[in-house]
Amino acid sequence: MSLHLQSNPEALCLVRAAMQQATEMLHFQEADSRAIVRSVDEALANVIRHAYKGRDGLPIEVVCRRLYGGRDSSEAAGLEIVLKDSGTPGDPRKFRARPLNEIRPGGLGLHFIKESMDVVEFSRKDGKNVLRMVKYLAP
Amino acid sequence: MQISARQSDGSVILDLSGDIDLAHSPAMRKALLGEIKEKHTRKVFLNLKNVRYIDSSGIASLVEGLKASRDQGSRMILYGLSRSVREVMELSRLQKIFEIYEDEEQALSS
Repeated sequence: MSLHLQSNPEALCLVRAAMQQATEMLHFQEADSRAIVRSVDEALANVIRHAYKGRDGLPIEVVCRRLYGGRDSSEAAGLEIVLKDSGTPGDPRKFRARPLNEIRPGGLGLHFIKESMDVVEFSRKDGKNVLRMVKYLAP
Repeated sequence: MQISARQSDGSVILDLSGDIDLAHSPAMRKALLGEIKEKHTRKVFLNLKNVRYIDSSGIASLVEGLKASRDQGSRMILYGLSRSVREVMELSRLQKIFEIYEDEEQALSS
């Protein structure tokens, strides 16, 4: 599944609905399905707020790919989601979730993503910010 | 997301419904801070029974509301959290700082 979006917060509900359907098709457990939907939503919100600094109408690409594994390599083993944007490059070394003992607004999105997904990798490729996330199906 | 307000014995109940995400959390923040900082409402109840989803920007707005209510010496009380909202609260490890009740009856008698 490939989605080409614009950096508009109103688009987030559509992406959540699409991700919900995709995770149900892959038979993720309900809690894992919510975790994936939440992570994609938070990652897109971060792109809109930080990489594009709140500007509307800029491109974001979301590509979802079923991962195979298991004994005969034909069983679905998980879901890989790759987000690409052309916004301000960030320094992945500075992407840190805020300490949770601080009671203040903000900084929770990345914490949600890291707590929810099995793999979270930031990189920069061909002039784009790339975020790769993977969630494995529970055995 | 939709917000409506009800008065109850000098308190206000904000009934929220739908999704509180990046697109809609500013409206909730405005309504909440308006009650606490501008109208100086002593008790603000947030009815989250019909909220299907809340993201980190929604949680941030709730934290801001809580801080404002502490500054004003008032109370901000949440109730009716769905499983999805409760999960996000737990993930943020902020559930202990909020006053949370199961339903409206419990919240109003607190």
